[in-house]
Amino acid sequence: MPLKFKKPDSLTDIAMHYCPGCTHGIIHRLVANAIDTLGIEGKTVGIASVGCSVFAYNYFTCDMQQASHGRAPAVATGVKRSLPDRIVFTYQGDGDLAAIGTAEIVHAAARGENITVIFVNNAIYGMTGGQMAPTTLNGQVTLTSPYGRRQQEGHPVRMSEMLSTLDGARYIERVSVHNPAHIIKAGKSIIKAFEMQLRGEGFSMIEVLSTCPTNLKMSPVKALKWVENNMIPFYPLGIIKDGSVKV
Amino acid sequence: MEQKLMKGNEAIAEAAIRAGLKFYAGYPITPQTELPEYLAKHMEKSGGTFIQAESEISAINMVYGAAGAGIRAMTSSSSPGISLKQEGISYIVGSELPCVIVNVMRTGPGLGGIHPSQSDYFQAVKGGGHGDYKMLVLAPNSVQEMYDFTIDAFDIADKYRNPVMILADGILGQMMEAVNLYTPATEKFDKSWATTGTYKKRKHNIINSLYIKPEESETLNKRLQAKYKIMAQNEQRVEIINPDADIMLVAFGIVARVAKQVLDDAKSQNLSVGLIRPLTVWPFPSKAFKTAAKAYLTIELNSGQMVEDVRLEVNGRAPVHFLGKMGGKVLTVDDIMAKLKQIAGA
Repeated sequence: MPLKFKKPDSLTDIAMHYCPGCTHGIIHRLVANAIDTLGIEGKTVGIASVGCSVFAYNYFTCDMQQASHGRAPAVATGVKRSLPDRIVFTYQGDGDLAAIGTAEIVHAAARGENITVIFVNNAIYGMTGGQMAPTTLNGQVTLTSPYGRRQQEGHPVRMSEMLSTLDGARYIERVSVHNPAHIIKAGKSIIKAFEMQLRGEGFSMIEVLSTCPTNLKMSPVKALKWVENNMIPFYPLGIIKDGSVKV
Repeated sequence: MEQKLMKGNEAIAEAAIRAGLKFYAGYPITPQTELPEYLAKHMEKSGGTFIQAESEISAINMVYGAAGAGIRAMTSSSSPGISLKQEGISYIVGSELPCVIVNVMRTGPGLGGIHPSQSDYFQAVKGGGHGDYKMLVLAPNSVQEMYDFTIDAFDIADKYRNPVMILADGILGQMMEAVNLYTPATEKFDKSWATTGTYKKRKHNIINSLYIKPEESETLNKRLQAKYKIMAQNEQRVEIINPDADIMLVAFGIVARVAKQVLDDAKSQNLSVGLIRPLTVWPFPSKAFKTAAKAYLTIELNSGQMVEDVRLEVNGRAPVHFLGKMGGKVLTVDDIMAKLKQIAGA
């Protein structure tokens, strides 16, 4: 029987530590599949961040660096400017990218660094056990917004829209992995972002709406529904900025 | 040999380029700003990258990335900016990456002032960031030494895969002196650990300081401490003048320049005075303290920091006195002579 589906070559055989139902595994696969599709595994350097995806360096077969919390775009800048012909991506969560690392992502985009950013937004802090994220929705209950997120806890930040105002940002798209159709679409967007880097077109970011069933305290299926019904209305899907060269 | 009149900050920048610096990131702060300015102008010509980062935090993390990619990388700042870099330095140590970090010290605490100081001694030699670690710390006292030590710093960093700090101060950064310029022969260091892409010819390299299992974290820490032991044995540097003197002055950096003048004055007044000048403040030059001195006088531009290391070395064999100056002014020959006379009972 012909093989229809297999693990991408760019993922190692190490068992992932992610909780059951977490969509990090799907997003890792999409990134690895993009690397396989473009045949760039040997010249890719990934930057893992701090948060649930901190161990990403164990899961990708390409060279990896682990950055301090929020600084992955700065680390990626150091790698890319030193080795301009390598492909460099960061893999960051919402706390990492939209809270502690706000300055680094804004200025990497402003400089138009020729890197690809995978921004996983699940509206909560996973690794530390369910605290409020910068992307936690208005009214959402977390361990540090126990009365639901209010004005005094601050409103959620739409990073993709914010970064799209910067001249240096060339491609920004928000995708979701809440159902198979969207997973396929997300995979295509990630490939496009890497292709742009290969052509030297500059900064690209794919924001992926993701789930954290453990800390949302929902079943995996309910968490996917929650993304569809609650996150997508606030974080609309689609291309937010496309300055790519049409090929 | 080519000679040029340069500021200390410029001498570090020129030396770094000649030592093969290929990546610099920094942020403007007085009194070190001439260093990034010089690199902004000259680095591209030598095929390197200069980035004015959005913060000192970002700059040190860019250096982490570049060092991890296997090239020679440097950042520089002055005291408050060096405080901001501490987490990044700790990560660089934990990931065993080589790089050079320059601190042209100003006064603290807080925003302090822009005048010269040596009050970051503890931060530089005792760690600074979180975790058990050491940087090799070089303390120049002339513009020529700013140049020479920078050239050496890159080799030491590569040799031990550990950051090396140049610990200077506002005067050394700003003053101009003639510098002999030379280009060192580049030594080759094994960088097979760098993340340069596997090209599918090897297993992936990982630059990382996270060891979630206690046993693995212990292994890293033991390896680091073993490395520091070797560094402490092999890399001590010190200048000693009049080792048989009754009173030994101990000073580093700009204060040691004043101390050398004191030696002449003391001789003319029949005082037997020598000088121990650590060129590495970590590792502290312990071998220099095997003297028969009757007393030591440590002089610093702070409230008394290196004096603690001097007391550890002297270990009660002789009294260790201290003379300090805080706030940005520099000790004068008269200040030091007065203290010496008091110690000598004259």
